[in-house]
Amino acid sequence: MAGFNKVVNSYQEALAGLEDNMTLIVGGFGLCGNPENLIKEIKRRGTTGLTVVSNNCGTTEHGLGILLFDKQIKKMVASYVGENDNFESQMMSGELEVELTPQGTLAEKMRAGGAGIPAFYTATGYGTPVAEGKEVREFNGKKYILEESVTGDFALVKAYKADTYGNLVFRKTARNFNPLAATAGKITVVEVEEIVEPGELDPDEIHLSGIYVDRLIKGDFEKIIEQRTVRPSNQSEQGA
Amino acid sequence: MALSREQIAQRVAQELKDGYYVNLGIGIPTLVANYVPEGIEVMLQSENGLLGMGRFPTEEEVDADLINAGKQTVTMTAGASLFDSAESFAMIRGGHVDLTVLGAFEVDVEGNIASYMIPGKLIKGMGGAMDLVAGADNIIVTMTHASKHGVSKLLNKCTLPLTGKGCIKKVLTDLAFIEIKDGKFHLLERAPGVSVEEIQQLTEGELVVNGEIPEMQF
Repeated sequence: MAGFNKVVNSYQEALAGLEDNMTLIVGGFGLCGNPENLIKEIKRRGTTGLTVVSNNCGTTEHGLGILLFDKQIKKMVASYVGENDNFESQMMSGELEVELTPQGTLAEKMRAGGAGIPAFYTATGYGTPVAEGKEVREFNGKKYILEESVTGDFALVKAYKADTYGNLVFRKTARNFNPLAATAGKITVVEVEEIVEPGELDPDEIHLSGIYVDRLIKGDFEKIIEQRTVRPSNQSEQGA
Repeated sequence: MALSREQIAQRVAQELKDGYYVNLGIGIPTLVANYVPEGIEVMLQSENGLLGMGRFPTEEEVDADLINAGKQTVTMTAGASLFDSAESFAMIRGGHVDLTVLGAFEVDVEGNIASYMIPGKLIKGMGGAMDLVAGADNIIVTMTHASKHGVSKLLNKCTLPLTGKGCIKKVLTDLAFIEIKDGKFHLLERAPGVSVEEIQQLTEGELVVNGEIPEMQF
């Protein structure tokens, strides 16, 4: 590695320094845009006691869900955790601690964490179980709760394209939590489909600056679809 | 007759206005997209990061990187835009979405809503529902008026853990269109062939009936 070049050549190298009991911020919405190969590498390493902050916990067979087979996750912070049998059984048995967090609050926790803001007020969750133990404050006649931001020892991110400096471009709804997660890691590791030379990406089209990225690796992706819904090709045109 | 799922969606669609940005929840709310009135343009927001959600893709159009909040493959309409999750919820929390339609287990006369958790049953999470109800001013809740056993879901006080407090003003059930204000349910319309008495009987919270209540028109 020289200068701003963030490229590493193996997944072992990409996750060097990952230890038991660390906190990970992981991008993805369901399996869409999830850093699938980095997750597989965590499984291979056998790291345990992990706290994982991510919108979902994959499915039984894919994404973060595969870390449940060997009980590598100690605590999960997520907004929705369906579609995963191991998750359900480990949550019910108490082996897996779960902190349900509203989706927008989770996104903002990452954004704020990465931006050096320790906490913020939001109306989301006021008067619900989410507000328990949290400070309530009124602004202009409306009640808000204080939510603390999050940062992680590692952030694991999937992007579409990068230059070697780690400037990132995401693709369609695979962007989701990824750029937010990328800002919130002490060490941010990004896997992408394509790496180009600096100068090849139009600076105006870069979604996330390389300043947030520590390691970059090119991977091959399965891109599993959770709910494949299609319409017949011959259906006539109609609006949304 | 109680409304079918499709009829509930159809009646909600009548509330759409030209130029509305709309977020539709999973289930019946999703069906609203099928009944957008002629001559009206609306844009659908999907909270995973898409404004301008189109119909389902053909087999050839399927793209693993393009899904909706229910994790279904979708397409984009002309004029669509893509953004990250913080931006998406800035739109929602910031009150930029004109209409939100979502389902619920219970609502009460104070405008409280319970929709994500039944204690003792498996808890899957609230997803974006708490942000949606806290952020939107114009929300329509779609639900069945009562359980299969005739137990009202329009209550004096929600019994289940809340998704949001004091945030619901309109409810469309299979029996009635109801407005919530001043700590009461106000009956606006009834499903065709359903009497005010039937609705009254299946509404636990105080129901205000002002004059002749019209039937819904389809």
